[in-house]
Amino acid sequence: MLKTLRKIGSIGIISEPPPAPDPLLRVRERLDEKIRAVLGRALCIRHVDAGSCNGCELEIQALNNPLYNMEGLGIRFVASPRHADLLLVTGPVSRNMETALRRTYEATPDPKLVVAVGDCGCTGGIFGESYATRGPVSNVIPVDVAVPGCPPSPTRILQGILTAISSRGKL
Amino acid sequence: MSLRRWWDRAHGVTGAPSVRGLGVTAEEWLQAARDVAAAGGRLLSLWASVDASNPAAAAVYAALLTEAGVLVLELATPAHGERAVYAGLAEIFPAATRMQRAAFDLSGVRSSDPDQRPWLRHSAWPADAHPLLPAAATAAAVAEPPNADAAYEFVRVEGEGVHEIAVGPVHAGTIEPGHFRFSVVGEKVLRLEQHLGYVHKGIERRFTELPILAGHRLAARVSGDSAVAFSWAYCQALEGMSECLIPARAAWLRALFLELERIANHLGDLGALGNDAGFAFGLVQFSRLKEDLLRAVDEAFGQRYLLDAVVPGGTQVDVSAPAAHALTERVSAIAQEANALRRIYDEHSGVRDRFAGAGCLAPELAVRLGVLGLVARASGQALDARCDLPCAPYSELAPAKVVRTEGDVAARVAVRFDELQESCRLVGRILASLPGGPHLSSVAAPAAGAFGVGFVEGWRGPVFLALEAGAGGSIHRCHPHDPSWQNWPALEHAVIGNIVPDFPLINKSFNLSYSGPDV
Ligand code: SF4
Repeated sequence: MLKTLRKIGSIGIISEPPPAPDPLLRVRERLDEKIRAVLGRALCIRHVDAGSCNGCELEIQALNNPLYNMEGLGIRFVASPRHADLLLVTGPVSRNMETALRRTYEATPDPKLVVAVGDCGCTGGIFGESYATRGPVSNVIPVDVAVPGCPPSPTRILQGILTAISSRGKL
Repeated sequence: MSLRRWWDRAHGVTGAPSVRGLGVTAEEWLQAARDVAAAGGRLLSLWASVDASNPAAAAVYAALLTEAGVLVLELATPAHGERAVYAGLAEIFPAATRMQRAAFDLSGVRSSDPDQRPWLRHSAWPADAHPLLPAAATAAAVAEPPNADAAYEFVRVEGEGVHEIAVGPVHAGTIEPGHFRFSVVGEKVLRLEQHLGYVHKGIERRFTELPILAGHRLAARVSGDSAVAFSWAYCQALEGMSECLIPARAAWLRALFLELERIANHLGDLGALGNDAGFAFGLVQFSRLKEDLLRAVDEAFGQRYLLDAVVPGGTQVDVSAPAAHALTERVSAIAQEANALRRIYDEHSGVRDRFAGAGCLAPELAVRLGVLGLVARASGQALDARCDLPCAPYSELAPAKVVRTEGDVAARVAVRFDELQESCRLVGRILASLPGGPHLSSVAAPAAGAFGVGFVEGWRGPVFLALEAGAGGSIHRCHPHDPSWQNWPALEHAVIGNIVPDFPLINKSFNLSYSGPDV
């Protein structure tokens, strides 16, 4: 226990503070404001891997590390689409996941936002459309914002979330 | 016949070191598999390929890991149709079952084993369309959109007080999709059955549409967390077929990338494992270290994840002397911090209690199931391709092999901690002794019919890849194989007798790929 406390003490708070000329920090600041203004509570996100290679998942997971500290911005990942404001969808949509993705979308209460993550989510990426994949997420459900990159950095993903909230103004 | 006799009869295969191939008859197919199993060998991969010049002919391949090296058996069979049946290997190698079912779904070549349920095919294409057959694939493309989850025949467990819990395909949390069916009494797991294939992306068909000199990009995306291992395995096969000798610096850089990939994944897992044991502090600390590493990698190579670092002929990126210096410092700092965190994990009684004895895979069962990689090493199997069948520069680097015998979550955690230290040491060693010279040489497309194999020990385990060149610089067949194929069935065994709430922890300690085996 003592070691744990010492470690916590020695590292201190490392969540990157606004403001500074780093794009990440500007995104953080604006997101924070926006979520407060629009929702007045935490933004709830449901992640759906609809066929990803799992590369995009690694960068989405990074959002929870103490440097991006997404929870500190008032963004939470939730386990059920019924509690979600926004779906974060990765992958070219595999045909084997198409139904599950549609159902998740239908189970998410209106108004809902969809952010497609990664080159695959945007265009189908290297996998394209085939007997096994439906290509971009927008081929299966309506998409508000698409974040390119293979995989996109956590900062880009946060930017995408911010853009989605901004575009809707009021959820 | 002993293993040695099969090995001596076989001919050399290009690509990874110590790979041989042997065309066999139906009787020899079974006998060779039995002899390899008797000598302690295991099944690495199984796939089918339709003949390039004669669409009525096919072959089924079994890659076997033996002490001498990798032996690839090739058995000719008719392609697609009632006569396209070969002797199944499930009794000799239980891990063969899912691979055989997948080979039928994709190529229409059927094993004689009893489990004939589809594996990768859910309901997106009809049962008689096999996407890797030249003609059937177009028919498959126009199949009806998938209806609700097709009725998959799960094995039922009957008995008083037994009930089923179905989870997935979409899970809580940021992980890949798959379906788990638990049969439980109270909280205790009697049986787990997995149903995977949800992220099947048609990767093997897609390979045939790419130029062979561009396939490494797709290989890197078979399982993004193992991008270096897969892209290296692809390039190893291709360079062997093209008789391209990569510069020494390129081989060392590839090893650098591979060890960085191992460090990143182990850091991520160690944090998540602490979290699943109720110690959120572990997640915070390890995810911070992982982010540190990714930023250092980004500064050195312009990418946080090395999805585009290994290319045919060498590497896409080089490392400058200042970048090498900075990276060395960061990695050594990470190694020190990880060691301090290890002591905290070891001394935390709550964490210790959750790790010890959970999800035990006994060494005998690990042998029987033919598990691979990290999971195997935590269950007493001294297997590591970097040590056993080393390619350059591993023969020179001589990594220490990490083996534990307990087979529980604690052992899989300990293997990760030890391997993390060893990889950090290797990174330091590589950066200190990188050979000079170019990092890229030119490589030409191999002749049609050329065949090569890649074999690289990724962070999860050995990645195997078979590549067959088509005409005009195309790919006739590429079969990438993730070690998760072997280890998923072992997870089904490891959870038996544990309580349902421990499943996330046990599952995480395996941390298997969905995308890799779903291809
Ligand atoms: S965008 Fe890249 S990292 Fe993301 S799922 Fe597609 S291939 Fe993988």
